[in-house]
Amino acid sequence: MIATETRQAISDLYANYAYYIDADRLEEWLDFFTPDCVYKIIPRENAAAGLPLSVMLCENRNMLRDRVVSLREANIYNLHVDRHFISGLRIEAPENGVYPVQANYAVYQTTAEGVSMLFSVGAYDDKVTFVNGVPRFKEKIVVIDTAAIINLLATPL
Amino acid sequence: MRNAPDLSFPRADLSRIPYGVYHDQETYEREQELIFRGPTWSYLGHEAELPNPGDFLTTYVGETPVILNRAQDGALHAFVNRCAHRGSVVRREVRGNARTHTCIYHQWSYNQAGDLTGIPFRNGVKGKGGLATDFDTACHGLRKLKVQSLKGVVFGSFAETPEPLLDYLDAPVVAHLERLMHSPIRVLGYQRQFIRGNWKLYTDNLRDPYHGGLLHMFQIAFGIARLSNRGGAMMDRRHRHNISYTAEGTDSPDGAKAYEQTARGQAKHQLADHSLLDMRHEWKDGLTLTIMSIFPNVVFQQIRNSLAIRQIRPKGLDAFELHWTYYGYQNDDDEMTKLRLRQANFAGPAGLISMEDGEAIELVHRATARDREAHSIVEMGGRGPIHDQDHLVTDVPMRGFWTYYCELMGFTPGSNM
Repeated sequence: MIATETRQAISDLYANYAYYIDADRLEEWLDFFTPDCVYKIIPRENAAAGLPLSVMLCENRNMLRDRVVSLREANIYNLHVDRHFISGLRIEAPENGVYPVQANYAVYQTTAEGVSMLFSVGAYDDKVTFVNGVPRFKEKIVVIDTAAIINLLATPL
Repeated sequence: MRNAPDLSFPRADLSRIPYGVYHDQETYEREQELIFRGPTWSYLGHEAELPNPGDFLTTYVGETPVILNRAQDGALHAFVNRCAHRGSVVRREVRGNARTHTCIYHQWSYNQAGDLTGIPFRNGVKGKGGLATDFDTACHGLRKLKVQSLKGVVFGSFAETPEPLLDYLDAPVVAHLERLMHSPIRVLGYQRQFIRGNWKLYTDNLRDPYHGGLLHMFQIAFGIARLSNRGGAMMDRRHRHNISYTAEGTDSPDGAKAYEQTARGQAKHQLADHSLLDMRHEWKDGLTLTIMSIFPNVVFQQIRNSLAIRQIRPKGLDAFELHWTYYGYQNDDDEMTKLRLRQANFAGPAGLISMEDGEAIELVHRATARDREAHSIVEMGGRGPIHDQDHLVTDVPMRGFWTYYCELMGFTPGSNM
C-alpha cells in the first residue's frame, strides 16, 4: 500500500514534468532529475529485441543539461510547441526507497502556423526516488511506440 | 520527350537542378521503374542480421517491399514481398525465422527462395473448384532479385544482368566498405526517421559537404568537423557514389577566421559532461568522420566511433523513411560498446549533429513545391567536369549523382533552354 501523500507527490512530479517541457522551461525542468539520473529514449522495437541502442541517451543530469544547452545554442530544429498528455500512472511498491512508475504519454506538436499533429506515443518506465522528501527521477526510460520519428526529435518527450 | 517543358536540366554539368524533379508524380513513378528496378544495386541488409538458416527480414527497394532470406543451405535470397495470387503483403513482420512464408489471405505459401510451393484446395473438393490442371506454380513465384554480398553487406538488383557489383561500386567504395567491415559486426539497434520531403533531397544532402560545417553547429562548436579541417570527397569513376571525409584536429587559422564571420560562428559553449567527446582512434588513416553514399539508397556513416548504415526508403513523392542500423564489432570490449552507444547521440533523428538535416529537407521540400521551372544552384567547388575534392567547401559530388540519375531517367542535361 502506497501512502496517499506519496502517490500525490509522484503524480505532481509527472504533472510538473509535462508542464515545464510544454512551457519550454527546460532549464528548470532539469531539477526534476537526480544528479546520477539516466534519461533514455528507446524505440520499442529495440527494447523488445533486447537491442541496447536508444535515440537519446543521457547517462547523468549533466549530459541532460548539455542537451538543453545544445538545443538553445547549437541545434536548429522545427519551430513548434509541445503538449504532453500523461495518463495511467502506475506506481509500484518501492525497493530501497525507489518507486518503479509506469505511465502512458502522447505528445502533440503544433507548428508556428498553428497546425497540430500527434508527434509521439509511448510509455514511461521510470524509477522515482525521494530527495529531502521531494520526488525526483532517478531513471526516465521513454519507450517510444512511434519509432518512425517525424522530421526530428529535439525537445524531450 | 523526356524533358517536360517545366522540368529541365539546363546545364550539361548539372549545376542547375529543377525544383520540379522533387515534386513531379510521373517522374517519381519512373524512378521506381528505371532506378530502383533498373540496373542499380540497392542495399537490402547486413548478413549479421541473418546469422541462422531461415532468418529473414523485410526491407524495401524504392517503394517495393522485399524479403531478404537466408535459406537452410545458408544461401541468401531476396524476392518481392507480395503474394502472386492477390497481391497481399506476405511477410508482415520486420524480422523473423521461418521455413516457409504463408500469405494470410488464402494461405498460398512460398519457400525460402520465394518459389510458390503451396496452394490450399488447389484441386478443389470432390472434383469441384480449385485451379485448372495447367496452372504452373513455377511461373508464379515471388519476383526474385539478384543478390550479392560484399563483406556482409547485402545488395540486391532487379536487373536480369546487372553490372558486376564490384564494378558498380568501384575501387574507392569497395576499399571503404572493407575499411568499415574489417571484422564481423554486431547490430546494436535501429532508428527510424520519417522525413516529409522527396528522397532525392536527402541524397543531395549527403553529397554536400559544404552544409555539414554550417548547418550542424554542434560539430563545429566542439571541433568534431569543421569546413577548415583536412577533408574532401572521393568518388567512383562515374561519380555515382561519394565518400566525404574529415580528419578532426586539423583546423587552420584562416578557417577559424571564416567562421567568425558566419551568423552562428561565435557560439561558444562548454559541455558539463565531457564523456560525450571521448573517442578512440580506430583507423590508421586518421579519418574521424566519413559519410559514404552509394547510389541509390544507402549511406555508411562513421562519426568518430559511431557506426551506422542508413537506408533510404521512399514513401511516395513527398516523404521517405530513413532507416538506421547501428553496429559495432563483435570483438568490441564493453567500454567500446558503451562509447558507441553514447556517441549514437550524435546522429539519428535526435542527433546532436544530424537533427538539422530533417528540418533542412522539409524546408526545401515545402518551398520548392511551386515554381517547378526554377532551379537550385550547385556550384560550390566550381562548375564543369566532376572530380574528387580535396577540401570540404564543395557540393560537386551532388552533380555526380544527378549525372547518373539523368542517364537512367533519360533526361538530357544541357539540351533544354
